[in-house]
Amino acid sequence: MTKLNKSKALIAMGLAVSSFALASVAGAEGHGAAPLVINGDIEIVTNTAAPAHMENISTIQSGWEFRTPDTQDLQRDDFDNPGMLGVDDARETWATVEGSEGKSCASCHGEPETLAGVKAVYPKWNEDAGEVRTIEMQINACRTENMGAEAYGYSDGAMTDMSALISSVSRGLPVNVAIDGPAQATWEQGKELYYTRTGQLELSCANCHEDNYDNLIRADHLSQGQINGFPVYRLNNAKLNSVHDRFKGCVRDTRAETYKPGSPEFVALELYVASRGNGLSVEGPSVRN
Amino acid sequence: MKISISLAAALACVAGIAAAEPVAPAEVQYDEYGAVAQSLTGVAGDPANGKVIMGTKSKGNCVSCHAAAGLAEFPFHGEVGPVLDGVGDRWNEAEMRGIVANAKMTYEGTIMPAFYKTEGYIRPGDAYTGKAPTEPLGPLLSAQDIEDVVAFLLTLKE
Ligand code: HEC
Ligand code: HEC
Repeated sequence: MTKLNKSKALIAMGLAVSSFALASVAGAEGHGAAPLVINGDIEIVTNTAAPAHMENISTIQSGWEFRTPDTQDLQRDDFDNPGMLGVDDARETWATVEGSEGKSCASCHGEPETLAGVKAVYPKWNEDAGEVRTIEMQINACRTENMGAEAYGYSDGAMTDMSALISSVSRGLPVNVAIDGPAQATWEQGKELYYTRTGQLELSCANCHEDNYDNLIRADHLSQGQINGFPVYRLNNAKLNSVHDRFKGCVRDTRAETYKPGSPEFVALELYVASRGNGLSVEGPSVRN
Repeated sequence: MKISISLAAALACVAGIAAAEPVAPAEVQYDEYGAVAQSLTGVAGDPANGKVIMGTKSKGNCVSCHAAAGLAEFPFHGEVGPVLDGVGDRWNEAEMRGIVANAKMTYEGTIMPAFYKTEGYIRPGDAYTGKAPTEPLGPLLSAQDIEDVVAFLLTLKE
């Protein structure tokens, strides 16, 4: 990895002269950067018109647009994206037989690529279970019901890796979660949570990510808090982070008692926040600071 | 050494008297515009300490949202609230005390947290632990902290 980065850096230095003019026009961060294309192949929509149900934002933007050029560049090639190491680990798990039924994920699904398109529509209503399920809940349902294996902890490393693998095969497809029909009540609950001002600082998600995106809060450049890039490899904690872990951190920062990863509240909030990104590309595993 | 000990004792004494007197968060009288005429402690604010409170993360952390030239020694100023340069010309002492104690009385629905309040929260936690509190909540800043911050803000004149 390090070696590879080094040779890439040398190549980049050769390019630096020609890209310098561009970079200075583009300014520090965001809009001006070259569009995100992964591996020279997968085009990622990082901003687009907001879906009709959004009331206060007209253009939705991926968190990628708010990061520095250096961090952005880590997503242009899978060899540079440290989140892809988790995807590689999950590919091994995918083919590993576990549990009383003698099955692996591959026994039922074949190659992970057969699940292309799945991440784009999750969280999703599950008719049999009568509930909205996140990818993590579905992974555990497969493990316990189809494989006879033990459930993962909701934000375990192995779980987040598997979620990253399932996201990675949908990269470039537009997020398109359903918010009507049987999912509507859950979506409404999530919306309510999004606008509730919690904790001793009395801040809602919207206070930071709707009213103040693009502003600095201390040293942090606030994004719209989109989840199309999840799981996210954070340079700050050097691991893949699940959606619910991120929610937990943000709620904690309002000096509030948080909800638990996997709780009905966070599932509802995830559906609502995902729907705010309808139209952006699935981008996970992404890289953030 | 002797001198500084007796000085400390004297200060502690003053602080002790002040601590016995402060107006409790629920007792603060706001006028219809959100101003608070009465000092919360009766002890004059210390602007030097007020400045430190504003720049310190574990205290006011005001710089997370506000920039001000007078706070340049604390790096990374936020952009969520207005720049505070010249704020001492815009508000008098009573108005400033009201804004710092509970800005929601001056600006309805503002994002600025209420620093001298202890109730009315949704799911309050034990500071930044993410856990439920085990003891009654104190205000984000003490009564004297508020007075010190107000004293500093009043020095920010153009
Ligand atoms: C006190 C301000 C604040 C509040 C309130 C807040 N966040 Fe955040 N959030 C941040 C900061 C700072 C970051 C890191 C920079 C960024 O990506 O915006 C962040 C990042 C995120 C991210 C990661 C985005 C990415 O692309 O990696 C998500 C998702 C998110 N927040 C969702 C939420 C949700 C949902 C809520 C409410 C439950 C919430 N936030 C409340 C400050 C806040
Ligand atoms: C989470 C963001 C946030 C924090 C933290 C915050 N403020 Fe504010 N503050 C604001 C906003 C926003 C306004 C403007 C009022 C409005 O329109 O809502 C404001 C207004 C003010 C004003 C009036 C400014 C003017 O131009 O007239 C003062 C004074 C002030 N704040 C002081 C403080 C102090 C002192 C602290 C810390 C003890 C603090 N603020 C912490 C967001 C914040």
